[in-house]
Amino acid sequence: MDIKVLGTGCAKCNTLEKVTKEAIAELGIDATVTKVEDFIKILEFGVMTTPALVVDGKVVVKGKVPKVSEIKELLK
Amino acid sequence: MQKLISLNKSVWTFPVLLLPIWILLYVNLWSMADFLTYSVLNFNQGEHLTESVFFFIYEVPKVMLLLVLIIYAVGVLRTFFTTEKTRKILEGKSLFTGNVMGAVLGVLTPFCSCSAIPLFLGFVEAGVPLGVTFSFLIAAPMINEVALVLLAGLFGWKVALIYVGTGLFIAIFSGWLIGKLKLEKYVADWVYQIKTNAEETESEQLTFNDRIIGGFTAVKEIVGKIWIYILIGIAIGAGAHGYVPEDFMSNLLGADNWYGVPLAILIGVPMYSNAAGIIPIVSVLIEKGVSLGTALAFMMSVIALSLPEIIILKKVLKWQLIAAFVGIVATGIIVVGFVFNYLI
Repeated sequence: MDIKVLGTGCAKCNTLEKVTKEAIAELGIDATVTKVEDFIKILEFGVMTTPALVVDGKVVVKGKVPKVSEIKELLK
Repeated sequence: MQKLISLNKSVWTFPVLLLPIWILLYVNLWSMADFLTYSVLNFNQGEHLTESVFFFIYEVPKVMLLLVLIIYAVGVLRTFFTTEKTRKILEGKSLFTGNVMGAVLGVLTPFCSCSAIPLFLGFVEAGVPLGVTFSFLIAAPMINEVALVLLAGLFGWKVALIYVGTGLFIAIFSGWLIGKLKLEKYVADWVYQIKTNAEETESEQLTFNDRIIGGFTAVKEIVGKIWIYILIGIAIGAGAHGYVPEDFMSNLLGADNWYGVPLAILIGVPMYSNAAGIIPIVSVLIEKGVSLGTALAFMMSVIALSLPEIIILKKVLKWQLIAAFVGIVATGIIVVGFVFNYLI
């Protein structure tokens, strides 16, 4: 599974990355998490409110940091 | 909380049940503070210390109650607005009408200054006029529900409403002027070349319950972050309550001094703080004899313009446009400061 965290380096973006990694660890799935900090790349996903979470090329979360349990739901 | 809500499908009962409790508390605040100060803590009437203690005991719960109510209401209201919808509304809007709508939507749309650049790019790319985009970007940080409540609590509703009114005016006027001046050529060249994936990310369908919960989340998030600034602000206000202003500040930044407003803005622009953090400073300034217009101008310049923001904007705008933006907004704030000082 290819997971991207989009964000320009704000506190919430780092939280989202951390929470996502926790969710992956709890689910025990095989996934790579990369951070996208470049404005242009972020915009290419059509995202205007960071942080956002992209799973296999699809934007699933934007503009907020969900709970670990909610991310687990999204990754299943 | 989350568990409780998922168990109970009719979340709307929470606000309905909480509202009467809120009203009951709010109406009886004065007598409760009175009872606590004079009967429980046994302070003597008429002393400076007593005045300060009473002010603190009365103001803290009052401001907190107002904050919870307003942030809750705004939190629910904001679930109806998303950046995507706002962009759609503003696409290709004409000057003036577009500026008015941009400014109003700037207040209503959830916004975090850390997404200012992606938002700017997204708007411009979709064909929202530059001036309209600026009206949005100026209004969004400048008019803030926390500042509104704090101003209302500490200085009265009239001051709070003037703050919102003049804030909107500056956002509309500055954006309109930026549009009129045709500064599009000073946006970094690459901005007009980017193409986003036009595929619309489907917007979530929010239920009524989601919106109710949205309000609670907003309260938890915002009040959790700012309560300490509020305590400090009111404590400072209470400490200075009833004391005579110091000459130094009132001479330098009082209403009689013509350069008070520009000086306050000169100090305020490089500084960065959110609305909650700046209010304690504003209450000190006012208690020390700085006139209200000057203090408000200072507050607006701190939250609407800042050095870190200018540095970030440099990535998408050429310096000519940044200079125009800062110059126009600062001038607008100066005008507001003068008008305020003159009227009050």
